[in-house]
Amino acid sequence: MTGPEHTPAPPETMSRRQFIGWGAAAVAGIAIAPGVTLFDLAHGRPVGQAASNKVRWGMLIDTNQCRAGCNDCVTACNTENHLSGGLRETDSQWIRKIELKDLRSGKTHSLPMMCQHCEHPPCVDVCPTGASFKRADGIVLVDRHICIGCRYCMMACPYKARSFVHEEVTGQNPDVPRGKGCVESCTLCVHRIDRDQKPACVEACAAAGHNAIIFGDLNDPQSEISKRIATYATTQVRADLALNTAVRYQGI
Amino acid sequence: MKDEGGRMKEKLGTAGCSRLRALGESLRQLFILHPSSFILRAVLIATAMCAGMLSSAVHADRVPKPVVEAGQGEKCVENTEFMRRNHMELLKHQRDETLHKGIRTRSHSLNGCIECHASRKNNSVVGNDQNFCQSCHSYVAAKLDCFECHSSKPKPQAQKQADAAQRPAGQGAK
Repeated sequence: MTGPEHTPAPPETMSRRQFIGWGAAAVAGIAIAPGVTLFDLAHGRPVGQAASNKVRWGMLIDTNQCRAGCNDCVTACNTENHLSGGLRETDSQWIRKIELKDLRSGKTHSLPMMCQHCEHPPCVDVCPTGASFKRADGIVLVDRHICIGCRYCMMACPYKARSFVHEEVTGQNPDVPRGKGCVESCTLCVHRIDRDQKPACVEACAAAGHNAIIFGDLNDPQSEISKRIATYATTQVRADLALNTAVRYQGI
Repeated sequence: MKDEGGRMKEKLGTAGCSRLRALGESLRQLFILHPSSFILRAVLIATAMCAGMLSSAVHADRVPKPVVEAGQGEKCVENTEFMRRNHMELLKHQRDETLHKGIRTRSHSLNGCIECHASRKNNSVVGNDQNFCQSCHSYVAAKLDCFECHSSKPKPQAQKQADAAQRPAGQGAK
């Protein structure tokens, strides 16, 4: 019997078997199953696909570039997330500008401080209802449908990053629902990240020409943030707590 | 067995109108177990039912019904009957998918609903009793607390266009 498998291999540099073998390997490399890939080709994730733990979003804040008196990141955050921008104790603040001064040398630093999106977030540990949670890509969020407003997480956070909404809110951004009775904090502009955009504060800082905030994937060694962290000395605030924050500082 | 119709006729005498006489006749037929009484009974019951239906049709306008205003969209993502019973389940499922997994598909999302169903008058799904969500929810007295946190208005057109323009094809923020 003469089947196609018994015909002599064509005199080419690559045999048919080799070709098939390489082809199969290439297919396996691109897609193990629908939606599951061996190599993360791009961060652009289809709208219907869940956030993956292969990515860990983070920020690097270069305090040498951050200007004292510049408040653009805070303003952009307030606009994007429809915060009042007030500074009373009862006003929500997702990001604050902080001025540091070394008393001995007189050297000052200006830097933004917000939720540090810890790998081991204390707010998630203490939450009695499970409202406080960490998304697969490392973003720490509050599920307002579950939050009962007990404010335990506010007590637990070493960075004072969380706020309680004391008053009724109207006119919210349709992408950022928020209302009275829940705890909230920086979401790393998760709604923008899901659309492949950068957080509002990062864009505002770049627009102001300072480029003090770099946003990217800490798990991707080729991302700018990873390269910078691999090159320069960077600091995690309260590194002694071993929370492994996703927000790093350079120059403090 | 005493003849009811006959007794009534005795009381009223010949002055009783033809309708009463007919009633008496039919009642007699009912109570006397005449072979044809079953048919008569059936006819009577049918007549009564028809009369009842007619009267309810006459009074239909007196029963308040929710007045739902036409929205901005053309066709819903699911059929109306399914949506009436299951919209809350779809919304609840989608909210968990979106918040916990970051899946932001439009078809079953609250924002997607609002974009189509917002009123042409006040551009909202709540606010007055003709607005899409509020009309039914106030009618059935089911508390609607989505909009204590969520915006009840669709995104402004400019914002939608900006979002679409900013999304680079296939490439994410590095």
